[in-house]
Amino acid sequence: MSEGETRAWERAPVLTVEHLTMRFGGLVAVHDLSFTAGRGDITALIGPNGAGKTTVFNCITGFYKPSEGMITLAHPDGSTFLLERLDDYRIASKAHVARTFQNIRLFSGMSVLENLLVAQHNRLMRASGFTFAGIIGLGTFRRAEEKAVELAKYWLERTGLLERADDAAGDLPYGDQRRLEIARAMCTQPVLLCLDEPAAGLNPRESHELNQLLLSIRESENISILLIEHDMGVVMEISDHIIVLDYGEKIADGTPQQVRTDPAVIAAYLGVEDEEVEAVEKEILQ
Amino acid sequence: MEYFLQQLINGVTLGSIYGLIAIGYTMVYGIIGMINFAHGDIFMVGAFIALIFIIALGFTAGTSFILLVLALMLVLVIAMVLTSIWGWTVERLAYRPLRESFRLAPLITAIGMSIVLQNLVQILQGARVKPLQPIITGGYVIMEKDGFVVNLSNIQILIVVTTVILMAVFSLIIARTELGRAQRACEQDRVMAALVGVNVDRTISLTFVIGAALAAVAGLMYLLYYGVIDFYIGFVAGIKAFTAAVLGGIGSLPGAMLGGMTIGLIETFWSAYFTVEYKDVAAFSILAIVLIFLPSGLLGKPEVEKV
Amino acid sequence: MPRLLDALKDAGIAGLIALGLAIPIWSHLTVQKPGGLVLEQRWWLVAIAVATVFAGRLVLNLFWWPRRGAAAGLGRQVARIAAPLAGAEKWLGPALIGLAILMPFLPFSNRYIMDLAILVLTYVMLGWGLNVVVGLAGLLDLGYVAFYAVGAYSYALIATTFGLSFWVCLPLAGLFAATWGVILGFPVLRLRGDYLAIVTLAFGEIIRIILINWYDLTNGPDGITGIPRPSFFGLEFKRFGDNTFAGFFGLEYSPIQRIIFLYYVILVLALITNIVTVRLRRLPVGRAWEALREDEIACRSLGINTTSTKLTAFAIGAMFGGFAGSFFATRQGFISPESFTFIESAIILAIVVLGGMGSQIGIAIAAVVMIGGFELFRELELYRMLIFGLAMVGIMVWKPRGLVSSRAPTIAIGKRKAISSDLVGEGHG
Repeated sequence: MSEGETRAWERAPVLTVEHLTMRFGGLVAVHDLSFTAGRGDITALIGPNGAGKTTVFNCITGFYKPSEGMITLAHPDGSTFLLERLDDYRIASKAHVARTFQNIRLFSGMSVLENLLVAQHNRLMRASGFTFAGIIGLGTFRRAEEKAVELAKYWLERTGLLERADDAAGDLPYGDQRRLEIARAMCTQPVLLCLDEPAAGLNPRESHELNQLLLSIRESENISILLIEHDMGVVMEISDHIIVLDYGEKIADGTPQQVRTDPAVIAAYLGVEDEEVEAVEKEILQ
Repeated sequence: MEYFLQQLINGVTLGSIYGLIAIGYTMVYGIIGMINFAHGDIFMVGAFIALIFIIALGFTAGTSFILLVLALMLVLVIAMVLTSIWGWTVERLAYRPLRESFRLAPLITAIGMSIVLQNLVQILQGARVKPLQPIITGGYVIMEKDGFVVNLSNIQILIVVTTVILMAVFSLIIARTELGRAQRACEQDRVMAALVGVNVDRTISLTFVIGAALAAVAGLMYLLYYGVIDFYIGFVAGIKAFTAAVLGGIGSLPGAMLGGMTIGLIETFWSAYFTVEYKDVAAFSILAIVLIFLPSGLLGKPEVEKV
Repeated sequence: MPRLLDALKDAGIAGLIALGLAIPIWSHLTVQKPGGLVLEQRWWLVAIAVATVFAGRLVLNLFWWPRRGAAAGLGRQVARIAAPLAGAEKWLGPALIGLAILMPFLPFSNRYIMDLAILVLTYVMLGWGLNVVVGLAGLLDLGYVAFYAVGAYSYALIATTFGLSFWVCLPLAGLFAATWGVILGFPVLRLRGDYLAIVTLAFGEIIRIILINWYDLTNGPDGITGIPRPSFFGLEFKRFGDNTFAGFFGLEYSPIQRIIFLYYVILVLALITNIVTVRLRRLPVGRAWEALREDEIACRSLGINTTSTKLTAFAIGAMFGGFAGSFFATRQGFISPESFTFIESAIILAIVVLGGMGSQIGIAIAAVVMIGGFELFRELELYRMLIFGLAMVGIMVWKPRGLVSSRAPTIAIGKRKAISSDLVGEGHG
């Protein structure tokens, strides 16, 4: 880790995690984790199985309440949100953090288009006058729905799913389902998009397409991406910033080049004995 | 104090009966994750079978002690065996065809089976209540003070002792035997259990058989304790027992017993100290309150939300 | 002849099981005599039962099963019957509504048929109401009858105490029921599946017990009598009086006029329920209900407040139940707690599930089949509940996902494609 140099993500962070600890009974899944994710960056959270990556995600998106620590999200307009104090659905609706899931969670019995409309629920709910105006058929809701369909179509186009719009989400092949989940998350118009292993189970071609999609989303939208990934090809190719976790603790934090050559990371990934890792870590610290 | 003690005895007796029925609910729920709504009616069928055999054998309170014990044991065994056939048949006809399907379907067939059993018994045995002369009489006076007598009757002793013995035996079966292992395997993952050589159909059938056998015991106890049954007793007792199973934490055997005791005690004490009319409201309210704070019941494993 | 031998063996086992079931409940009748219960033997009944099972099983083994590759054959059979029904939804709905509107003027309709039609429509409405909770939002409610009761008692009490008319009381009753829906819904929000089922069942029982025991308010088990009948824009259905329906229109008075009027009232109420539900499904709240049924966690990740979404489902379902309840009260003129037992909840739930959860037309058909079919066996008073229960089991085993087992999307860019029920979630309860 090179000292001294101010890193881009620390200058303008969208997400700041400070001293995050998550305990399940006696088990400490995440211990005193601090990191930042820069605005407009693709930040990757990597680490061996059971390192606590998904737990961190669940803390950020409110599905778990952290035992300790603070998670701050900063919007481009300067407003900040303390995520550990918000309910899960408020993190999505107020703080505009969207996420996908490791084992895909689509509304499989609903059509692809319906999935994307559900994602725009809060906007449409307001347009329907909290149902009261919608039930008597006021035009405001119809227009809002047309706009929502347009947004849905836009994201279907981007993810290459437009011709499957009227099919059941559960009928799509696996790779399409992964992309649909991303499209659905994007329809919430997030500030921060959290992707939990988006490339899992994809073949090399699909994985490559996913990279292009994520890069293009970063280009075209005013958005930051935080992703968990096992596929090092994906991680090294698209991330600006990588955080490595092992046994719930951060062992490295830097650019792909820095992380790639970090002995602690190599040790963690090659499965070296704990003592040796400690020895290596000691060396680095000195 | 004396009054309290008497109610405690009565509550534990009632709780034992609920607990025995609740085990059937909890085991079936544990293994196939469904509410066997017809289980209360299996209990009712068990009570009827016991009643008919008691009359057929013709023993009364006057029979000598040894003979009485032997006759009761005989009735108990026969009722358990015959009621098991009912439990097995219900599973075979109404639940097995729906094993891998939509979760609400077996709930509806269970309600349907409950209606079928109630009405079948009503048709076959009539709608009138069936009274039985007390067979086990007598008891002990534990305490006497200011003219208030605390009684512990023989039938209460019998019920509680039988329940405790059966609880112990079935806990051992679940913990130690091949069947118990197979059951636990099926609870975890039915497909995997089948792959490693567990006969899933047989295990599930046996679960229903055990549940029905225990319900038959409860049926006989109920008959001896209250001395009157009809085709409708299964509904109320079933709902109470199911409440007990959920309260204790559905899927947990000790939970079923604890839940049964809790419901039995609440009902008895509420009737004794407040109003008898609202005893069910008290039991159901406690259930709702417990579940709001402990969504998996008293002894159930808390459900961890996997994201 | 190994096949015959196998068949005989199988039928023999079935017969033995039947014998096990028949002893002693079939073979011995307990009869009350002065000295206590005595037994009457009737082995002939056992013989008939065992012989029927043996013969039936033998016939199935020899002729029925071999001809159709068991499971696959059954699947095809089901598909054949189900396919036209799914396709027919387009014209079947309007056709049924047309039939329902013309019903009172059809040549075969008489007082008995109209009464039955009113009953069926009441259950259609209740089914549609519960469908919001169970079919759309995927929340298993075993105590729906509570809201039916709240609606009925609200109307009866307001009408008899304050003398307000049916048309004023109806919205009030709906509002009361909806409020109860929220009150009862709130504590159970965190519960899932069977825990939810038992608590809703408990609430249904609590309300019934309170109705029985709160003598001052509800008149206890005796119920409330003299509940006012609805009027037609102020015109009453009476033989004599100033403002009578018959007098105003210059008709001869006939009691059937009121029945036809009541029929149209419940028809309109049911159709309103249907229209509102169909509309709600296309609104964000309805989509959120269905999304909740599919995956609650995903809903929360998209910013949907699942608490209020669940509560609106409870409230709206309860409101429809309340409407149906006040109609029931005004139609009967008398209500008592006996009309609001668990079995009613079970029947309504069965109608929803048998119809195919979420399908409006499936539920209507299921209500006609179950309630109408139940009436067919009126002659066999004793046996009809038994047949009802058997029908519940039979239909469910035959079609576990209900009569209409596909879901129509609420919106489409191109052509709307039906979604197979295999993909549709069932909620956590």
